[in-house]
Amino acid sequence: MIEVRVHGRGGQGGVTSAEMLAIAAINEGKFAQAFPSFGPERRGAPVIAFARVSEQKIRNRTKVYNPDIVMVLDPSVLAIVNVVEGLKENGMLVINSAKSIAELRREYSFKTDLARVDATHIAQEELGLPITNTTMLGAAVKARALVAVDSLVGPLEHRFGRIAAKNIRALKRAYRETEIDLI
Amino acid sequence: MAKRVGIEVSLAISEAVKQAKVDAVAAYPITPQTHIVEHLSELVADAELDAAFIPVESEHSAMSVCAGTAAAGARTYTATSSQGLALMNEILYIIPALRLPIVMTIANRALSGPISIWNDHSDIMGARDTGWIALFAENGQEAYDLTLQSFKIAEDHRVLLPISVNIDGFTLSHVIEPHEFLDQEEVDAFLPEYRPAVQLNPDQPVSMGMVGVPEIYAEAKKCQDEVLKNSEAVIKEVFAEFATRFGREYRVVESYRAEGAETLLLTMGSVSETAMEAIDILRDRQQRSVGLIRLRLWRPFPVAELRRAVAGCRRLAVLDRAVSFGATGGPVAEEVRSALYGIDGAPYVGSFIAGLGGRDITIDDFIALAGQVEKMAETNEIHQYKMTGVRE
Repeated sequence: MIEVRVHGRGGQGGVTSAEMLAIAAINEGKFAQAFPSFGPERRGAPVIAFARVSEQKIRNRTKVYNPDIVMVLDPSVLAIVNVVEGLKENGMLVINSAKSIAELRREYSFKTDLARVDATHIAQEELGLPITNTTMLGAAVKARALVAVDSLVGPLEHRFGRIAAKNIRALKRAYRETEIDLI
Repeated sequence: MAKRVGIEVSLAISEAVKQAKVDAVAAYPITPQTHIVEHLSELVADAELDAAFIPVESEHSAMSVCAGTAAAGARTYTATSSQGLALMNEILYIIPALRLPIVMTIANRALSGPISIWNDHSDIMGARDTGWIALFAENGQEAYDLTLQSFKIAEDHRVLLPISVNIDGFTLSHVIEPHEFLDQEEVDAFLPEYRPAVQLNPDQPVSMGMVGVPEIYAEAKKCQDEVLKNSEAVIKEVFAEFATRFGREYRVVESYRAEGAETLLLTMGSVSETAMEAIDILRDRQQRSVGLIRLRLWRPFPVAELRRAVAGCRRLAVLDRAVSFGATGGPVAEEVRSALYGIDGAPYVGSFIAGLGGRDITIDDFIALAGQVEKMAETNEIHQYKMTGVRE
């Protein structure tokens, strides 16, 4: 089972990221869960969402305490939230940042596998908005093969309707541009 | 096997309500139930569901409207949570007395104060004695299946009672997970059109909700109690038919690796699945004789089935997710102790309260619980209830 924690700010679509991932996995014939951190919606405040993907039926219904993958949708939460809390030893941290991998490692002393993409820049160009949830999905599935990137297309089309094409472009561009640095 | 569809549990419940072709929905939005009725209102607006969607100004009105539509012979559905259920309370008692087969989802949530929107079982425990049948679902598939089965149970002329299908707020209601849906034809074959036994009809006038003078009130209540107790047989019948048709089995008391177990944990609701993970660790990695019993049916309390399920075990840890303040035990534990009172070789019953107001109960917590009840049983520790996982 692979467990995912998504960090973002209220209104950035972190819950949707987790949901798209779960639906894509279920469409692939896997088992999956996605759920928010069960709080009142707080636009702008740091929020988290969770997903689990497994080949077997998933029974654990607690929060994710030891994620395999942590996605950070908004670079500004890095300064206020310990995003690697509980991350498994061989875990993967996927960050939206304009900074280089070396800079991120220096600044935050991250000792885990690290992937980065400038999702805000991509989202701004492709969507015209700094909403990074779909962009960061491309980065996450590049960093760890949770689901095939093409499996996300259907769920995105269903969720985003007439703005789906832009989001799919952002997803695929992030998939191409994500840099991965394994330890 | 049907294809698994990834969808939020709340929407899967709405789908069941749609497939049941309800005639009337009256509801007031309250977290975490909102998505269910929100989606139903969309289905009605989009003409995918031919029903009257009646928005109201409070839950008291919601249940009052439901009483009216059900009395007029309409298949009726509503959903609520927490304070909303509490506000309905006055009308809740009237529904079974009028023998109105309303189906209601309760997305279980704590009660104020302090204000909490998160999950526990305080709301249903407050409505425990209203005379409704109460079922608990452990996952989205069960929530969907039980919703469909509830209409059939409730509308059976041997029952004609309202049913609450309890699903844990957020931990079920807001989770996206796989569901297998039935085809509309399958639902139609399983759930025929509702035929009321008695209905309000200007051409054939009847009176409902009359005064019960002292000469008749006790008899009315005795009838109501009998019919509720007898509903257990119909519930089992409907579960059996559902299993035969669709291959998914339900029991009023469920068990997991409980055969020959010396220690049993007892749960209700979605924590049961987490508890199963703990049982696998206890059994397979620690070679401990521990199993799990889960109550699917809370009212009428399945006394005989519970006795059978725990026969032979030495200790039983009952997990409650609500407090009956100052009581002799947690609400479920009290029932279990009463059901086992005077039975030869009855197990030691530990009453534990956890998971209040959205506090997680983890796999490790369940493993610790098994150890704790074993230790308490050694000295036969007399206690009312223990609130676990509380910072002091």
